[in-house]
Amino acid sequence: MSSGLSGYLVLAGVTAAGVLLFVAAMFARRLLAPRAPSQAKASTYESGVDPVAGGWAQTHVRYMTFAFLYLVFAVDSVFLFPWALVLRNKSINHASLLEMGIFAAVILVGLAHAARRGLLRWTLDN
Amino acid sequence: MSTFGEVVLRSLCVLIAFLVLPLLVGQTEHKLMAHMQGRLGPMYAGGFHGWAQLVADGVKFTQKEDIVPLAADKPVFRLAPALGIVSYLLALAVIPFGPHLVAAGITGSLLWVLAVGAIGTVGTLMAGWSSGNKYALIGGLRSAAQLVSYEVPLILAAASFAMAAGSFSLVSIAHAWTPWWLLWQLPGAIVFLVAGTAELQRPPFDMPVADSELVMGPWTEYTGLRFALFLLAEYAGIVVVSLVLAVLYLGGWTGPFDHQIGPFWVLLKGFFFAVIILWMRMSWPRLREDQLQRVAWLGLVPLALLQIVLTAAGVVLTT
Repeated sequence: MSSGLSGYLVLAGVTAAGVLLFVAAMFARRLLAPRAPSQAKASTYESGVDPVAGGWAQTHVRYMTFAFLYLVFAVDSVFLFPWALVLRNKSINHASLLEMGIFAAVILVGLAHAARRGLLRWTLDN
Repeated sequence: MSTFGEVVLRSLCVLIAFLVLPLLVGQTEHKLMAHMQGRLGPMYAGGFHGWAQLVADGVKFTQKEDIVPLAADKPVFRLAPALGIVSYLLALAVIPFGPHLVAAGITGSLLWVLAVGAIGTVGTLMAGWSSGNKYALIGGLRSAAQLVSYEVPLILAAASFAMAAGSFSLVSIAHAWTPWWLLWQLPGAIVFLVAGTAELQRPPFDMPVADSELVMGPWTEYTGLRFALFLLAEYAGIVVVSLVLAVLYLGGWTGPFDHQIGPFWVLLKGFFFAVIILWMRMSWPRLREDQLQRVAWLGLVPLALLQIVLTAAGVVLTT
């Protein structure tokens, strides 16, 4: 990319191409696909029986623990990325290595705690 | 050439690559699976070894009726397939096929790939949530849990490559590559490959779309072309993960005669990883939801952190 053209301009063009692709596909579908709507067809699929109650059902809370764990490590990686670029800087490289090690170790202790208390295990047998 | 013309030309090249490469991966999957599992596979469409099967599939999908369920959140339901398409298209645009052969040259291209790759995830969640269907909802929740969990090792492994090269540009990372990386960055490459496969919800990490219990997970209510677009996005995802890994871990265009056939090396190395991703599907059974999460948190995350320690020590000791 030596022409001076900004890469982001191309990315805007690619975004437009993607939107156009979707619109063109939907247009082709409108031209080619049959349309015969009926009440039964538009009902929710539940393996052939009439749907019971609504679709937004209650579900298990244990998925939330993964969200918490993710949040911790996502913040960890936010700090990791800028560090990746300054690691070669001679004035801070040894000190930053130690500091980053301590930081990552603290987070790992959290993960080990979550695993030890059984958050990552849903059954007793595995 | 005018700026506008160049932007259009480059966008068109990305679009063509986006429409052709996933078909090649799909065809490879048909043939490999047929041979590995000792069955015939599609052999009729187009004559020679069923080469036109995927084109025929596409035509079939456009001819199916588009059904939006009454219970669905309609605008979100209709829009969801577009997100996967646009996100992988944008990721494909920054992958370098040579030192100067890249559609959109930006400095933080590795960060860009990670960022737009995550937008496709939102499409899956939108599909799962907006369908108003219990299978789709449970599938969507499993997707959400799986995608955030495997995002962590994926980002950590990518950070390791960036540290080793001292840059977030895919071009600079490929320039900094030496054969020594094959050993030094091996754990990171394994983590990236496994986490990338899981991000695509490919088997053995296909718990969210487990067809024997959830019909088709978040995509249960989709028909016709909208459903086909989700599939296209999945195969485009394989292309993106394979090519990015080829650039990060195998040095991209580096190889014999790379001044003449650099792009060929990128495609060949990417194809190698794509075949591994397909091979995993053909060989292993599906992981249960909590086993799948344990692989991410107790297997891949510690391994990725170990890789970061290795990389950091290597960089600090050699500079």
